[in-house]
Amino acid sequence: MTKAALKAAILGATKGMGRELARQMAARGDRLFLLGRDAGDLARSAADLGARAGKDAAGFGHAVCDLERPDSFAPALDAAEAALGGLDAVVVTAGMFASQAELEADVELARRVATVNYANTLAFCEHARRRLLARGGGRLVVFSSVAGERGRKPVVIYGSSKAGLSAYLEGLDHKFHAQGLRVVCVKPGFVKTSMTAGLPAPPFAGEPEQVARQVLARIDRPRPVVYTPRMWALVMWIIRLLPRFVMRRINF
Amino acid sequence: MDALVQSPAAVAGSGKQKQSTLSGWGRLPVPGRELVGEDLEAATRGAVLSRGLGRSYGDSSLPAAPAHKVVCTRLADRVLAFDAASGLLRAEAGLSLAAMIRLSMPRGFFTPVTPGTKFVTLGGMVASDVHGKNHHREGCFGAHVTALKLRLASDELVECSPTREPELYWATVGGMGLTGHILEVEARLHAIPSSWIWAESSRVGSLDEYLSALAESAPRWPMTVGWIDCVGRGKHVGRGILTCGRWAEPGEAPAAAPREPRAKNFPVDLPSWALNDFTAGAFNTLYYWKHLRRRREGIVHPDAFFYPLDAILHWNRAYGSRGFTQYQCVLPRRAGAPAVREFMELLTRLGGASPVCVIKDCGPQGQGLLSFPLEGTSIAVDMACTSETQRTVDRLNEMVIAAGGRIYLTKDRFTRAEHFRAMEPRLPRFEAARATYDPTRRLKSAQSVRLLGDTP
Repeated sequence: MTKAALKAAILGATKGMGRELARQMAARGDRLFLLGRDAGDLARSAADLGARAGKDAAGFGHAVCDLERPDSFAPALDAAEAALGGLDAVVVTAGMFASQAELEADVELARRVATVNYANTLAFCEHARRRLLARGGGRLVVFSSVAGERGRKPVVIYGSSKAGLSAYLEGLDHKFHAQGLRVVCVKPGFVKTSMTAGLPAPPFAGEPEQVARQVLARIDRPRPVVYTPRMWALVMWIIRLLPRFVMRRINF
Repeated sequence: MDALVQSPAAVAGSGKQKQSTLSGWGRLPVPGRELVGEDLEAATRGAVLSRGLGRSYGDSSLPAAPAHKVVCTRLADRVLAFDAASGLLRAEAGLSLAAMIRLSMPRGFFTPVTPGTKFVTLGGMVASDVHGKNHHREGCFGAHVTALKLRLASDELVECSPTREPELYWATVGGMGLTGHILEVEARLHAIPSSWIWAESSRVGSLDEYLSALAESAPRWPMTVGWIDCVGRGKHVGRGILTCGRWAEPGEAPAAAPREPRAKNFPVDLPSWALNDFTAGAFNTLYYWKHLRRRREGIVHPDAFFYPLDAILHWNRAYGSRGFTQYQCVLPRRAGAPAVREFMELLTRLGGASPVCVIKDCGPQGQGLLSFPLEGTSIAVDMACTSETQRTVDRLNEMVIAAGGRIYLTKDRFTRAEHFRAMEPRLPRFEAARATYDPTRRLKSAQSVRLLGDTP
């Protein structure tokens, strides 16, 4: 059975898991439109996808869309829709990260992280949701994090921003499922990317290729929540069960 | 600080900060830390060294001092352009050879020159100016590179090529990353008639027989390489297997494309005593007699031909935590077979037991100012690190200097500065290029401190 190629806009395709997901989607023939902060960087990623997919780079359009600039969201999604002739899926892998120590030392940075990951990502998804519903539904795939499952010492601020995002995505799924919107909240565990490069990797740390493969399967057959690598579903289940007096003691 | 990144993942517990270390393929870690990121232009600003996948054996990719910033290029792996008609490719320096082959092979192109592993980056291939089984025909990888983008010690970005800043260009090709950080590489790939190899291999009983077979097959075959049993004593000295190959013609090759093999992982560090004279000898005897027929020919998988050791990931664990080194030298043609025999005898006397000893032919020297190959015979031997290794390398180096040969920096960890200077008449020209582009010698590695007198 051959599936029709997807028309997808992807925010965050130039780095990390987003880069790998875009490569796997391009390799199987999906049509992508790249959104990101830096036009030069987007052009390089578009060229990379074009070279790997065996088409010329013109096959992958791109537009600037910055999660710190909400006014860039609607025009970027309009450009994607126009270039692809419609949208089947919108994927968001972008986000903002800083360590708990950095965030505790800098209130302004904490505010930025919370704004980007929660309020601004929500606003972007609202623009995307309307466009998808207007054409009878589609897939909204957003990378949240296992950091949002529970208030934890190493990710107090970052985790709370992702908790808000996860709750929003769950509500979206409940509200618009009947109208054909398929919301996928991706919760990656520890994945070896540039973001986690300086940190000691736990035993079941994932690779971006593996995460991208698992997410791609869930873009095709959507589920409301995807833990990836899958082991993290079990880890977070245990974390959720831990009583507060334990959470206060451990450093995880 | 701009903390915007694209991959929101959880961060596990704070963890105990273990002393972070870096090592080459031969292990022997030193304190150091990699700076990993997708954006090489940003990461290399102010950095003193770049490294790729860490496949150089010795200390070429290790920091001169623990505090030095070493950029890892691995994640900068975008292909910027590939012309499926001409085979011209431009990519970021961290693109691995494995990824490049995955992209180019289905379109009928292959790297013009490949080292013995595909787990290297394009930038590393340039910095080491790698050579392969086809050196007598195609020269080194640098001969097929058309342009480089560098970040110099001054933090300036420059594009260089054989015609644009040629002195900088040829100092960088084979220059072990000491002239600038390689950010982008443009190279011309070769069109191949099929994706399979036609190979012919023969069992050879002695070193003399081996050398004459090698000399005889070099003009007839684009690719030649040989494995030698250097543990064998007496009449077994220099018995080996010589393999010659060429790309198969479409008519000979299977219609299907070769499937990418699934690599096995070497799961644990073997204890250091596991690989000794006895086990290495047993391995070599088995390996030799596995080639039961005197002569074999036929179609082989390109990975089996080019990258037999890549089939086992982390095979360096076989040597245990003591680590190992590879001694690779080239002996000039004019020194002839007697020099090769003398080398092998010296090696046996020094007790360099090893399951890996590779002898091949090199063509004329290329233009890279410090590029390894030289017209003659190249010999590479793996050896476990022991208290004797320094002495063994010293003795071998003295012999190589007397024969007019030289060693391969990418493999080296033990050569002394005075020995290196004695075998490298080209060194003053390389140093002059460094003086022009990095007068304070800001870019350095543990190797350049050891061999070129840089201050750590």
